[in-house]
Amino acid sequence: MTTSTPTAEGLPGRPSAAVRASSFLHRHPRLRLAGLLSAPMLWLVVAYLGSLAVMFVTAFWRLDTGGFVAVLDRTPSLQNFTELLTEDVYRRVALRTLGIAAAVTVVDTLVALPMAFYMAKVASPRTRKVLVALVLTPLWASYLVKAYAWRTMLAEDGVVNWALGPVGGRGPGFGVAATAITLGYLWLPYMILPVFAGLERIPDSLLEASGDLGGTAGRTFRTVVLPLLFPSIVAGSIFTFSLTLGDYIAVKIVGGSTQMFANVIYDNIGVAGNLPFAAAAAVFPVVAILLYLALVRRTGALDNL
Amino acid sequence: MTLSARARLLLRLATFGGLAVIYVPLLVVLVNSFNPSKTFGWPPSGFTTQWWSRAASNPGAREALLTSVEIALAATALALVLGSMAAFAVARYRWFGRETVSFLVVLPIALPGIVTGIALNSAFSAGGVALGFLTVVVGHATFCIVVVYNNVLARLRRTGTTLEEASADLGASTLQTFLHVTFPQLRGALLAGGLLAFALSFDEIVVTQFTISAGLQTLPIWIFANLFRPNQAPVVNVVAAALVVASVIPVYLANRLSEGNGGGRL
Repeated sequence: MTTSTPTAEGLPGRPSAAVRASSFLHRHPRLRLAGLLSAPMLWLVVAYLGSLAVMFVTAFWRLDTGGFVAVLDRTPSLQNFTELLTEDVYRRVALRTLGIAAAVTVVDTLVALPMAFYMAKVASPRTRKVLVALVLTPLWASYLVKAYAWRTMLAEDGVVNWALGPVGGRGPGFGVAATAITLGYLWLPYMILPVFAGLERIPDSLLEASGDLGGTAGRTFRTVVLPLLFPSIVAGSIFTFSLTLGDYIAVKIVGGSTQMFANVIYDNIGVAGNLPFAAAAAVFPVVAILLYLALVRRTGALDNL
Repeated sequence: MTLSARARLLLRLATFGGLAVIYVPLLVVLVNSFNPSKTFGWPPSGFTTQWWSRAASNPGAREALLTSVEIALAATALALVLGSMAAFAVARYRWFGRETVSFLVVLPIALPGIVTGIALNSAFSAGGVALGFLTVVVGHATFCIVVVYNNVLARLRRTGTTLEEASADLGASTLQTFLHVTFPQLRGALLAGGLLAFALSFDEIVVTQFTISAGLQTLPIWIFANLFRPNQAPVVNVVAAALVVASVIPVYLANRLSEGNGGGRL
């Protein structure tokens, strides 16, 4: 329906070209479908999947830096992968990244649960609308600005040290903890929203039934709410986990000299110009995320995205 | 479940504590943009608007802003066309690959930006394509398709085909039906999807870094490049504060769009 073009009216008694084209298309639904699909599929399959394939192939090439000029060696080899798997520094960076991803996920869950519960089950409908808007608004604020905001918060003469100073405390300074805090802050709305949606789907009558049968608030939460909510929490964790694995910018802003796995990828493109090694490194987060998705698939979390 | 007064109070405290954590850093950026001290020690040592006027006349920031808007507009336009076409194909036709389309469309945003970035970068370099304005647009459009697709698909599923059939029965051509029946029904979804796509593109830095040429700067690239330069700190701070204020605009627009027509979705 988008392929017919209007033209001038035809001769009297004869349908115009536009009408003929439109009725021709009407009689051939397959042709319409093909027309509709051609452009998006060309883009997504040929351009995007094609690019992923090129990246995958590139990962098996090698940049030979032995001579005066770096030479791209196109014979397939596993050397990039062996280097990534065997060298100690990469293993440490990978473990640190997984640790930060896990910490961010746990902290975001602990912060999101009471907030989402209050929004969905305690607040009045009007307050709920306001709270949802308040949680959503920072999603629109720029990623860089939010990371930068934590740089000003955690700086040596920043707000955190100023607030903790009178009680003799100090902020964590720039480093791993600051990175985890900043990433947790950045991805928090991605955890609150699925948990809130999951809580809204749990009927109040279930909670009341549990209370009528003598369940305390704590027990009802543990045995009724949490099991029903689990897929939503997992759905949120997909975001917190996958976004953390791919991040190399926040850590540059608040991490001091800390390196995350994505920095390995980025630094090999930027300074070293070693695209094959970067491509090989990029395969790891993809595999980690696909494994995670396969692991959580049975919880039904993917329907909660 | 009946909550004790104490539990309610604790939940309320946790919620407002959480909101405070969300908003305090953003407020600090705003307040700091009026801080006369160049190092932004806290608390501010006074009040000045000189950084704002200095930022407004900063040629690098202005040029980067313009580039960002141009790229976001181009990427949004592409995403609107491609996302709507894919949504029509999935919503209006039965065929073997329908499930796959949803997966394919969401993939560029489900994978970390750095993977999409590297993949496009490898493909451009393998194909001998020089990086520049257009390569950034291609990169951004790729992950913006999904938000348009989701919005248009949800709308098409809700509206059904009865009005279009009525239009055809009354003698309208396919094109007339599209222009006078289908398109007006979709307008809200296209606006919501377009708004999201624009915001995503405007804020993107990772995919941009891998697809942009050295001489070109979008606003996020400009901020990141100047973030660690002490003498640029006041201007960076003002740009950050301005972006915090500007982020209210899409929230307001999305709210207006969602009133009465079911709203957009990410």
